Amino acid sequence: MHPILKLVAQRLALSILLLLAASVLIFVGTTILPGDVAQSILGQAATPESLANLRKELGMDQPATTRYFNWLFGALQGDLGTALTNGRDIVESLGGRLKNTLFLAFWAAVVAVPLAIFLGLLAVRYRERWPDKLISAVTLASISIPEFLIGYLLMYFVGVKLGWAPTVSTIYDSMSLGEKLSAIALPVTVLTMVVLAHMMRMTRAAILNVMQSAYIETAELKGLTSFQVIARHAFPNAIAPVVNVVMLNLAYLVVGVVVVEVVFVYPGMGQYLVDHVAKRDVPVVQACGLIFAAVYIGLNMVADIVSILANPRLRHPK
Amino acid sequence: MSEKFLKVEDLKIGARIYPPGEKPRNIDIVHGVSFELEKGKVLGLIGESGAGKSTIGLASMAYGRGGVEITGGKVWVNGREILGTNLKDLRKLRGTEVTYVSQSAAASFNPAKKILEQVIEASLHQGKFSKKEAEARAVELFTKLGLPDPENIGDRYPHQVSGGQLQRCMTALALCPEPDLVVFDEPTTALDVTTQIDVLMAIKEAIRDTGVAALYITHDLAVVAQVSDEIMVLRMGDMVEHGTTDQIINHPVEEYTRDLVSVRSTQHDGKPPTDNPVLTVENVTARYKGTNFDVLHNVTMELHPGQTLAVVGESGSGKSTTARVITGLLPPREGKIHFDGRDLSSDLEGRSREDLRELQMIYQMADVAMNPRQTVGTIIGRPLEFYFGMRGAEKKKRILELLEEIEMGPEFMDRYPAELSGGQKQRVCIARALAAKPKVIICDEVTSALDPLVADGILKLLENLQKIENVAYLFITHDLATVKAIADSIAVMYQGRVVRYGPKADVLAPPFDDYTDLLLSSVPEMRLGWLEEVVQNRKMESAGN
Amino acid sequence: MMRIPPAALIGLFFTGLYFFMAIFAPLIAPYPMTEIVGDVWEPSSAEHWLGTDNIGRDLLSRMIYGGRTTIFIATAATILSFTLGSILGFTAAVVGGWVDQLMSRFVDLIMSIPTLIFALVVLSVMPVTLFMLILVMGLLDSTRVYRLARAVAVDINVMDFVEAAKLRGEGRRWIIFREILPNALSPLVAEMGLRFIFAVLFVSTLSFLGLGVQPPNADWGGIVKENKDGIVYGISAALVPAVAIATLAISVNLVADWVLNRTTSLKGGRG
Repeated sequence: MHPILKLVAQRLALSILLLLAASVLIFVGTTILPGDVAQSILGQAATPESLANLRKELGMDQPATTRYFNWLFGALQGDLGTALTNGRDIVESLGGRLKNTLFLAFWAAVVAVPLAIFLGLLAVRYRERWPDKLISAVTLASISIPEFLIGYLLMYFVGVKLGWAPTVSTIYDSMSLGEKLSAIALPVTVLTMVVLAHMMRMTRAAILNVMQSAYIETAELKGLTSFQVIARHAFPNAIAPVVNVVMLNLAYLVVGVVVVEVVFVYPGMGQYLVDHVAKRDVPVVQACGLIFAAVYIGLNMVADIVSILANPRLRHPK
Repeated sequence: MSEKFLKVEDLKIGARIYPPGEKPRNIDIVHGVSFELEKGKVLGLIGESGAGKSTIGLASMAYGRGGVEITGGKVWVNGREILGTNLKDLRKLRGTEVTYVSQSAAASFNPAKKILEQVIEASLHQGKFSKKEAEARAVELFTKLGLPDPENIGDRYPHQVSGGQLQRCMTALALCPEPDLVVFDEPTTALDVTTQIDVLMAIKEAIRDTGVAALYITHDLAVVAQVSDEIMVLRMGDMVEHGTTDQIINHPVEEYTRDLVSVRSTQHDGKPPTDNPVLTVENVTARYKGTNFDVLHNVTMELHPGQTLAVVGESGSGKSTTARVITGLLPPREGKIHFDGRDLSSDLEGRSREDLRELQMIYQMADVAMNPRQTVGTIIGRPLEFYFGMRGAEKKKRILELLEEIEMGPEFMDRYPAELSGGQKQRVCIARALAAKPKVIICDEVTSALDPLVADGILKLLENLQKIENVAYLFITHDLATVKAIADSIAVMYQGRVVRYGPKADVLAPPFDDYTDLLLSSVPEMRLGWLEEVVQNRKMESAGN
Repeated sequence: MMRIPPAALIGLFFTGLYFFMAIFAPLIAPYPMTEIVGDVWEPSSAEHWLGTDNIGRDLLSRMIYGGRTTIFIATAATILSFTLGSILGFTAAVVGGWVDQLMSRFVDLIMSIPTLIFALVVLSVMPVTLFMLILVMGLLDSTRVYRLARAVAVDINVMDFVEAAKLRGEGRRWIIFREILPNALSPLVAEMGLRFIFAVLFVSTLSFLGLGVQPPNADWGGIVKENKDGIVYGISAALVPAVAIATLAISVNLVADWVLNRTTSLKGGRG
């Protein structure tokens, strides 16, 4: 087998292993810790009988390992159990919300990724000059500002004072794409701002790293134009680090979605998760946790695989 | 033809530096250097680090690396003044009229592109040749430069060929567009000495055959003497002396030049071995953890009290690994280390404090061998405290004595390593080793990172200290000139084995084994015509075989 | 005397101000934290500089007490994550072998789940108390400190001066505390600032989501949550605590940046 295929296969296997381990962690975090699910659902006033009944209903009388494997095999077959609070099938409730969350994240990525790469290049082009300094100041501010501040600032000024966009982002299946996009304009803007700075700064660092290589000097000393130097010599070597940056930030975006959904009352998975954490609805929390972890691990895996594929030493072994 | 192809007049170069935590400031690197170069001639630029030689080389392409800026003077190439011209014209100059060969070909080739593509890129871009012509020329150059499989080597990626081969590819890259001037910037410095000679000859022949002019930049006078018609000696951004190669090598005028010429000529009369070696390495075989091949095979050598054993070899020969085995950092698979009549435990944990004290070590990179957060006083004082329990005034007195021994004043006690020069750092490391009153000091390439004159000073210091303290050195080096200057006996290592071993006089006297012969004959000598002689001899030998 | 750049001065000033208010909150706050003193969402006035909140409490007083809670939790969580992360990270780097492997793989695993999601999962079954918040935040964040401390220590551990100390026969204590720690300190101190910011943002986010500090107590994130419904009516009370969080975080960041820039790199002035 070509060594590169082997490496990719290894990375895939590692991700699956990691996801399995994460599922164990999530399960352990919600069941074996001292907190008692039944107690927390029924509250302090619960009678011992009702507690015992609920425990049995939840399958708590079985050993934890059995419950874990039941849960895991269920999850593998697309069955994530039923919600405690309303008895509904979790997969059914999640489906639409996951779609909504991905819709939001997708449009945020569509705006943020090209913008960040463009601005990152700009920062490299005008290194140590004002565009670069501005970008690092914005980055400093943006890692210090909570997502909900950006959200409410936009909601207050753009939504309420100017009335340019809806302050609450409700979407239905029956809406047209245009209506949906208009509804999510503000949350997309917030998410873009949240990841933009990071992505810009990391893109800048990645490209700068390549631009400082000796082979860039060689190219310059061949008399190539700046554009040729970048396109022919910097770009092929910058793909991997930049894709890496993008993937890491998309993973970050998926988490940022949670807060933004709550701010704009957006019917996505983050909102759903937060609601059910407050209600201590463990099966829902486990299901959402697993899905978020899977997306996160998946994006990180893609980043690594791209790095492997783009490495000439691995692609053309001796 | 005596057309002045390159003319540099009163060239001044500065740079803006950004010291961490301080305001950026401007410094001068080159203060007004002038020279001329005719077509087909080679000018060697020589000097220690910081002399400004690379900067001058790049200035002939009107290029400043990093924050470097040309602040004054004029440079003419082919009769055109280039410092004032715009970038567009400069780009026509670079890559066609003037090209560049850097020290590290490995870093200078784009790892994502095939070699051939990169070699012909400038010619195509400048419209000098068609793709077909350029490729044919590249293959021709590959052949001329002695690269294996010249037809196909260009289809490989840079990491798929060896360092010496890549350096020759870099030369091909520079020669491919038929330039009028090539700037060679330390092109053989990163190579092993036996590889260097081939690359050097390849470069020399390529220059002769193509008739280009060249600036040959190096810190090694013996190397530059082989390829240059003229030599210019630089120091701290000033010209010291400029003359023909013959004049500089054989009749240097300036004192600094004389020092440079004589630097490698120090000779040391080898002492005969004694009956009781202080350190014996016996049949050591070793491998690194997690690997399945031995890096040392049956290594045996002896070190006698108050003497120096030089362990010499190229990269990968196992000389540094031998040191790691002796110090206990790498327990051997087989074999023993005897020290002063007793067996040493094979791993570090098993050794007594006395064992550790009597065997000290000095490193190649003095700046990472000292804790940057400790003062010189702390660094030298710690062994005193640790081994002898010295405190207060007694310790201080001894620190001052040690500073005196390494020819440094008491004012250095409170300084941090970052405030010292390279040579001073290495001296402090020597003092730290001496503080333990050891019987043996392992010196691992201790002079390789230093400029020749500074290195010479360190060697002389080590020799004096040996007489005073009666300490034995296990001296690991790749540099045969150093070996001649300091060794009593020599072990030549190659691919993890000792291939030749004995008192210096015997090891350096014929008949030689093949490897030692190759190694010895590859060391550049400070005289004209040495390179041709060696190559001629080798050709005759291989013809005779 | 060293010169402090203006950005760092501003950072130092605001950081100091917030910490001062946190420590002396009962002396500074004009009203008690939970007392209803006026109408709902009164605009700012002489009696109530920042107006009143969603049920008529003095917003300024609530902000001062809320800052106290935020800073206390964040500081405690930072200390916990820092102590734990750096001790384990250094140990892993110096001891190496299977200890290092085991700890590092475990940290990889925890970091494979986004921190916020992990915290939500755990808090869905745990009682939400101050202690629990500090514990969860401190433990989760210690993974990042661990990674940094380990990376820094591994870099230093392979340097010749550490090898020289080992060859001299120095014990593990000397090597960690005298050789490695002094050189690891500046990146770690700068990181400490970043970890503190992260803790501030994290506890604010949790409280904003209703899963952090529980009413009637509130930290800044909680005050945002209480007043967020006013935004759509054009009432900006929720922005006040949000801005406070941001200014605190930016100030600490400015200080951390300065600390990091001021300290020189390990290798000193070569190249």
